[in-house]
Amino acid sequence: MNELTAAELLAAQVQGASALEITAAFLRTIHERDGSLNAFLHVDDEFALAQARAVDAKRKHGDLLGILAGVPVAVKDILCVAGQKTTCGSKILRDFIPPYDAHVITRLKQADAILLGKTNMDEFAMGSSTENSGFTITRNPWDLERTPGGSSGGSAAAVAAGLAPLGIGTDTGGSIRQPAALCGIVGFKPTYGRVSRFGVIAFGSSLDQVGPLAHNVYDAALLLEAIAGHDARDSTSVDRPVPAYSRGLDQLVKPLTVGIPREFFSDGLDAEVENAVRVALAEYQSQGAVLKEISLPHSSFAVAVYYLVATAEASSNLARYDGVHFGHRAEKFADLLDMVARSRGEGFGAEVKRRVMLGTYALSSGYVDAYYLKALKVRRLIKDDFDTAFRQCDVIAGPTTPTAAFKLGEKTGDPLAMYLSDIYTIGANLAGLPGISVPCGFTKNGLPIGLQLMAAPFEEGKLLQVARMFERATDWHNRRPKVQAPG
Amino acid sequence: MSPYRTIIGLEVHVQLLTRTKLFCGCSTKFGLPPNSATCPVCAGLPGALPVMNRMAFELALKAAMALNCQIASLTKWDRKNYFYPDLPKNYQISQYDLPFSKAGWLQIECPGGAKKIGIIRAHLEEDAGKMLHDEQGGGRDSLVDLNRTGVPLLEIVSQPDLRAPEEAKAYLEEMRLLLREIEVSDCEMQEGSLRCDANVNIHIPISPSPVASSFSREPTASADRIQPHGTPSALAAGSRLNVESTGAEGETFAATPIVEIKNLNSFRGVERALKYEAERQFQEYQQKLGSVWNVDPRSARNFAGSTVIPVQEKRNGSLVMVAKATAGWNEKRGVTEIQRRKEEAADYRYFPEPDLVPILIDSLMLEKARAGLGELPAAQRNRLQTEYGLSPYDASVLSSQGRAVVAYFEQTAGLSGDPKETSNWISNEVLQTLNDRKQQIREFAIPPASLAGLIQEVKSSGLNKQRAREVFAEMANSDATVKAALAKLGYQVVSDESQLREIVRRAVAANPKAVADFKKGKVKAADAIKGAVMRETKGMANTELVQRLLAEELDAV
Repeated sequence: MNELTAAELLAAQVQGASALEITAAFLRTIHERDGSLNAFLHVDDEFALAQARAVDAKRKHGDLLGILAGVPVAVKDILCVAGQKTTCGSKILRDFIPPYDAHVITRLKQADAILLGKTNMDEFAMGSSTENSGFTITRNPWDLERTPGGSSGGSAAAVAAGLAPLGIGTDTGGSIRQPAALCGIVGFKPTYGRVSRFGVIAFGSSLDQVGPLAHNVYDAALLLEAIAGHDARDSTSVDRPVPAYSRGLDQLVKPLTVGIPREFFSDGLDAEVENAVRVALAEYQSQGAVLKEISLPHSSFAVAVYYLVATAEASSNLARYDGVHFGHRAEKFADLLDMVARSRGEGFGAEVKRRVMLGTYALSSGYVDAYYLKALKVRRLIKDDFDTAFRQCDVIAGPTTPTAAFKLGEKTGDPLAMYLSDIYTIGANLAGLPGISVPCGFTKNGLPIGLQLMAAPFEEGKLLQVARMFERATDWHNRRPKVQAPG
Repeated sequence: MSPYRTIIGLEVHVQLLTRTKLFCGCSTKFGLPPNSATCPVCAGLPGALPVMNRMAFELALKAAMALNCQIASLTKWDRKNYFYPDLPKNYQISQYDLPFSKAGWLQIECPGGAKKIGIIRAHLEEDAGKMLHDEQGGGRDSLVDLNRTGVPLLEIVSQPDLRAPEEAKAYLEEMRLLLREIEVSDCEMQEGSLRCDANVNIHIPISPSPVASSFSREPTASADRIQPHGTPSALAAGSRLNVESTGAEGETFAATPIVEIKNLNSFRGVERALKYEAERQFQEYQQKLGSVWNVDPRSARNFAGSTVIPVQEKRNGSLVMVAKATAGWNEKRGVTEIQRRKEEAADYRYFPEPDLVPILIDSLMLEKARAGLGELPAAQRNRLQTEYGLSPYDASVLSSQGRAVVAYFEQTAGLSGDPKETSNWISNEVLQTLNDRKQQIREFAIPPASLAGLIQEVKSSGLNKQRAREVFAEMANSDATVKAALAKLGYQVVSDESQLREIVRRAVAANPKAVADFKKGKVKAADAIKGAVMRETKGMANTELVQRLLAEELDAV
């Protein structure tokens, strides 16, 4: 049961399987295997089973069912769920219980999906390995000594290991696509504004976007369909109709021009990854696509721009965690200032502190022109690069990450090396574009490799079709890791 | 004449008359139980996002137009970052470098005439919460009420164009009248829907030669360095500086450090605080000049056409600018209390609010706002003078009562045909009655037609003022018409000439001494005879007729 995709689980229910047995099966798998992975932070069996019973009752009564009826979903612990702990991977929110649902959660409930629990993540989504979680380290199902990537590492590992057929992640600089690539699954970051951010704990507000993690493109399309759409509670959410992405997915995009940015195939790209990506590009060519070398001249500045814009926004977004109104408050303090300082000092981890300091510095008087405002200008240039590129091609293709999954602890002592693992994914966030990572091979050590495709804003439909063209011709997405129960 | 001139700029915050907050649907009602009007958005809970209240923006637009501001075609929101427990997000959503309006003015009435006070900018922002300090617990615990958090505020910053505490009060009164008239804010200082911080310093004339100081290393304190900079700059200083108690353009002044007075909670308080603070600064200047403070011509600046030299403080052998200070107004003691010098400017790390989209202001929005303005007080005062021949004072009294009273005046004046008399009746009797009864004009018992009838009756019958007031009171009490009130009071004006002449003759005969005095040139003596006539007629004689008949009879004696 736990090997099945969302589409297969929907079909199984039509054949007579119940949401309850599906949910129970996934819960059982979680309890058996998650001790090895630590993908989940909280699992509420009763809550999940109750939802499943409700779906079964609806089916029995002949009520109209949502498009994800009875399909379990693992949700990154950055999305607020009313009445359930939402920690954002931070000790500062260890006991925070939001009084409201994120828009995406509301939509999942409306779609009759089963919320299994909340998955581990880098604290406040700041990281690329899930090692910055304030609670536990998540392991890669393909190699337990390696990272699943991050920051949505918990959701990616959960889907890859069959603990959930679908996962919800957020992507600020690659946090869906990078772990998807490292875990051998599909990860999709929609256009900025496509999915409401209401109830998503903010990291970099102008970059954050919620998206699906799934075994294949169809499942990702289905989940995106369920969560996308306008929400009046998020001013940056865009009021455009949501196409039925899952239908017409097998339509071929013809003619198809695939843009290959030469900057994505330079220093730092692992040879095995490059090889797998080039083979994938050849596959498109064999299907009649034109491969066109393009240039994104400002892409070398993307990481620098990102670490100014995202940290600046984060320094302000995270100011509210002060121990005054909610969240962790230090037990002992001398006065108000001391209380705030101690609460934050105790509650935040090292990476969060580093980024809050970076962002504060970038916005400070005397530095704001040279850092934050300059970064905004370069961000504009990066966006212009993509606009120019999409006048010459339908999609841009390249590696999702420079390497396959790295070892736990390998980059924790070197933040810059860690930051560079998002070098290819950050551009889509800065430009607000949709991007997807699909499995495109394995290293000789058996680690998954991801192919990244990006499209112009709101071209989600086309992007999913192009991704599906590759998936249909290959078998990489059907491989599953073997995860042993701990001990 | 004051030995200095006072320079005042006001920062006014008004709460907009919206039902809900600026970025969420919570109520803005005053006086609700603590923390009952809050939600995840205004409480700053993780994941909550702001959504702009369009009504608030429309009201702000109206206000800016009424203040003659330039309206931006594109405006945006910014975050002002600072830590304070009454600010749950620890940033305030405000407007920084692209406020939606700037460069306007407000016309106020001063003893010397009308004066335009420049408005630097008006922008929208959210209010913070309220701290409740636990006095009983030894001040250990403080509570926060977030009902006010996120309430829409319009911040209106004036140029330093105000030259006297009285002008500051007049500015606030005019601002309140204007914003109430266009229904943007109720401007209740007691409820915090109008708040005011005042920036003040004084300019002391020091020309022709600046005050010499033993500290100055420049022996020839080089008068050539302090050339006046000519005409006023585009700094939009008052279009007419008519209250310059001291000094004229082209003169040189020493300027005391600016003090920002906070905690002002009444218009009278503003005036008193500014008076006190200006005088305090003058005393401080006299005490410190030459010892702690120095006036160095090298730091001379142009200020609205005159040369101004900020005082500097001697510190470790060099001269440093004295930082702006914040003071609180202690209403009870009637003093300003300096709280802190802002040695370092607070770094608010402003940056564009990524959770809100920029606002494009199109012509449709502008038209809608303009259409909602109606006639503004300054224009109304002008019209009342030109159209009805009222004095500036009378026009001002009527305008200050708001549009409903002005409409009442216009209807009554149209029917009575005597605007001046109508204005007198309204300014005195009507407003007094409304005030006594705590009524609004629309609740008033005497409709315009009835008041006009009374005014005409007085004119035609010569009913005297005292009796007319009694008739007015009767009308106000019983909704009666003039005729009915007269009948009820039994007042019948005696206008029969032969009857009155007989009464006048008798009075003349009965008062030989007054007649003799009158004949000797004491005109006033005739009043005694007139009084006798009035007593005889119980005050109901036609005053004009009595006047004529008495003159004739006295002539005949």
